[in-house]
Amino acid sequence: MRSERRTGEARAAFWMLLPALSLIAVFFVLPILASFLLSLTDFDLYALASPRNARFVGLANYVRLAEDPTFWKALRNTFLFVLAGGPASVAVALGAALLVNARVTRFKTLFRTAFFAPVVTTMVAVATVWRFLYHPRVGLFNRALDLVGLAPIDWLGDPRWALLSICLLAVWKNFGYQAILFVAGLQAIPESLYEAARIEGAGPWQQFRHITLPSLAPTFLFVAVTTSIGYFQLFSEPYVMTPDGGPLGSTLSVAFLMYREGFRWWNLGYGAAIAFALFAVILIATRLQLQLFGRRA
Amino acid sequence: MSRLALPFALVLLLAGCARKTETVVRFWGLGREGEEVKKLVPRFERLHPGVRVEVQQIPWTAAHEKLLTALVGGAPPDVAQIGNTWIPEFAALGAVAPLDERIARTPDFRPADFFGGIWRTNVIDGRVYGVPWYVDTRLLFYRKDMLAEVGFPEMPRTWSAWRTAMDRLKAKNGPDKFPILLPKDEWQQPVALAQALGATILRDGGRYGAFRSPEVERAFSFLIGIYRAGLAPLVGREQVSNLYQDFAAGQFAIVITGPWNLGQFHDRLPPERQGDWATAPLPAPDGQPWPGAGVAGGASLVLFRRTPVPEAAWAFLEFLSRPDMQAQLYRLTGDMPPRASVWQATGLARDPGAAAFARQLEHVEPAPLVPEWEQICSKIPPALEEATRGERPLEQILADLDREVDQILEKRRWLLERNPHPHAF
Amino acid sequence: MRRRLSRFAAATAIHATLLALAVASLVPLAWMVSASFMPQGEATAFPPALVPSRPTLDNYVDLFARLKFGRALANSILFAATVTAISLLLNTLAGYALAKLRFRRRERIFDGLVAALVLPSQVAMLPLFLMLRALGFINTAWGVVLPGMASLFGIFLVRQYALSLPDELLDAARVDGASEFRIYRSIVLPLCRPILVSLGIFTFLGSWNDFLWPLIVLSDERRQTLPVALANLLGEHALDIELMMAGAVLTVLPVLVLFLAFQRYYIEGITLGSVKE
Repeated sequence: MRSERRTGEARAAFWMLLPALSLIAVFFVLPILASFLLSLTDFDLYALASPRNARFVGLANYVRLAEDPTFWKALRNTFLFVLAGGPASVAVALGAALLVNARVTRFKTLFRTAFFAPVVTTMVAVATVWRFLYHPRVGLFNRALDLVGLAPIDWLGDPRWALLSICLLAVWKNFGYQAILFVAGLQAIPESLYEAARIEGAGPWQQFRHITLPSLAPTFLFVAVTTSIGYFQLFSEPYVMTPDGGPLGSTLSVAFLMYREGFRWWNLGYGAAIAFALFAVILIATRLQLQLFGRRA
Repeated sequence: MSRLALPFALVLLLAGCARKTETVVRFWGLGREGEEVKKLVPRFERLHPGVRVEVQQIPWTAAHEKLLTALVGGAPPDVAQIGNTWIPEFAALGAVAPLDERIARTPDFRPADFFGGIWRTNVIDGRVYGVPWYVDTRLLFYRKDMLAEVGFPEMPRTWSAWRTAMDRLKAKNGPDKFPILLPKDEWQQPVALAQALGATILRDGGRYGAFRSPEVERAFSFLIGIYRAGLAPLVGREQVSNLYQDFAAGQFAIVITGPWNLGQFHDRLPPERQGDWATAPLPAPDGQPWPGAGVAGGASLVLFRRTPVPEAAWAFLEFLSRPDMQAQLYRLTGDMPPRASVWQATGLARDPGAAAFARQLEHVEPAPLVPEWEQICSKIPPALEEATRGERPLEQILADLDREVDQILEKRRWLLERNPHPHAF
Repeated sequence: MRRRLSRFAAATAIHATLLALAVASLVPLAWMVSASFMPQGEATAFPPALVPSRPTLDNYVDLFARLKFGRALANSILFAATVTAISLLLNTLAGYALAKLRFRRRERIFDGLVAALVLPSQVAMLPLFLMLRALGFINTAWGVVLPGMASLFGIFLVRQYALSLPDELLDAARVDGASEFRIYRSIVLPLCRPILVSLGIFTFLGSWNDFLWPLIVLSDERRQTLPVALANLLGEHALDIELMMAGAVLTVLPVLVLFLAFQRYYIEGITLGSVKE
């Protein structure tokens, strides 16, 4: 009887899974495999006109990538985004979460809503607003600097500032999301742990170090990994704010480079190679993080 | 209920049929022209009953991308305005139809009426792929009064005199004002200056880059010198919030820009400034005849090969190319007509502001006619900016530029080896 | 006494910091709304204008009348709603199956899906474009909707939630002779309402805000969604700040309203995915 029920369940499971999984297979997995094959050819605009113009070139695209200073620049920029933006947004998010979750805090929901508002807004829209806020002469940020007597900064035109300006936007937009995750993690910590510590005379800093941080470790890992994956894939912000790749190419991200090569110049083979290189980088970085931070969990 | 169904269905059927006999021509216009051309459509539709024209306007910044995406995606328009530097690319893709036979069949269509240098930009391998719609070349708009103050009643005609004038303007007007505005994200200036010296930009029939040449170095150095001496701010087009205000206030004494600004300067500069500005063709390198070469820019009208309505589409294209319609376009946008007869008819030939353009248009060089040009020219401004910031020597930067360009052209070399005349798609 | 004072000081400091953060979060958005009502040119005037001197609807009228943003709005609503509806249907089925139905290799399949979460969608885009082009879906609604329908994250979320459904209830129904699909319809779906709401909002938001893919697929301005139309506007009217801000407000307002109405569900849904792991 039980085995009959089991085959009934298995059959139902097959039909229930079929639609979603086949869509994923056709529109996600298949293209990714095809992407790899594409990266082994020099498929480009000429090939789109006539397939005879495509050649199989093996790993030549990857070799070319390794020798392409623009790719390395984009990779460097992307790492800077991840290493500057990632910890920054996590730090702000954790701080905000701790403050919102504190016992003395009132109006928790209001604060939570305020922090989360930037998260749900469309990136193109906010990038447009921030592009104007960053305008060297009429933008609000420089006007504010002027008010306190500081010299104006060329936020998007100065190679030293452009990348940080975009990071600032990304942090502003995302910290609310991460803060909510941290709040959930904080709320899952049993109050009894804190009480026991207080009875033993531990002060707030010790409570933080020995209870809060370790308990947050899984949440921290999740947030760190998802945040860095997001920053590795950064596209909309540089595309809207610095459409030419920024001063001296300082805001060109790998995803933006892939878009440019693939959809602006239609060097599809080369673009696919860039996409795969990005994938490889993300994979390695994620593994590293899981190993580094996962151990402490 | 069912009694009404039959007549109702008949009405729908008839309405559907009526819609089907109407031919729709889809036209993509770019930038301002895309908006203004809509005003020319009603006249065409009256002349061609049963034909409707749908105009879609695309911003210039995204135009090249969008056109290619539409082509690749299989949904291009029937007729479009495209930048004339894109014609080699579209022809190589087999996207646009050769127009020679249609032109020959159309009475009153005289190719000789068009400026030679401009017409040539539309001819690939001996066949015509586009009809010039308007011309664009960049030259100097300047503050006569400010230049007179430093001893130049007229715009200088040589590079060295030009530089002297700018140095004097800087000395006189102080560090907050700039003698000239040269947006760092435009390729036309470095290319024009290099071509004025005789540079070819590419060599061997467009197979290799030729940036590592003394002419290009000289042109680049001239521009770098201007930026480094603080004579021009190192900013992009978009960072100038209001060009007209700045020009009127003397923030810039010289601006290199195109014909659309003739009308804009008339409209947007305050009345007290109207007598203070003039236009002049580009100065020439010392020892060369004046004026210096300009870039043969502008837009052409093309017919897409796969259009389902070729006759109606050609009718619209030809309609827009007529002298009276080009005159209309000029009145609506300030864009300069590519036909000499229209210059006469609109009185443009007698307009003092336009005189400089007429002069310059006789000395324009097309940009290299290779399909990859759009990609190649996007590499020039970053190279210039990097050279200006001085972190690496100019020679190295130009060598790297050549290497990049050679890589871009690799496919073209392979195709040309296979078939020296590839336009038989 | 001292402890009460220091607690008061701490509370003030905490609230002050939170207030500062909240202001920082909201000021750009507030300015966006304010500028959208300013007459042309006021946003760039000197001295700076923070509120419009004479509020006007001109920019919005311009957006709808001349620039046909109403069409982009309709497209955004249509596409997001379609994706959400189909997505909910398919992903809840799959998520439930992975949580509660017993079959071989269930965990292997689930682990595979989780691993696939790491794959960046940009890798798939180029061939996906070629594939849809071959099928004739470029520049159509299906071109945008199809790739968005099955969502790894959605399946993951539903599965996590469905794990907590009581097995006894399901087994009892099976003993009574109900088919799996019957069980799903009558018992599971009603119990899953909270996660359905969360996932629905999440999917709608994601589809509404999607930029890169619609940018690539939709070249016809009649089919463009709001983010793409806004980016188009930026290309042509970059210096017309007030108009741009009106466009931005239009793009952001519907999802902001949606979020405000359903924030509890949305936030619960997100946290579900992270904390349980």
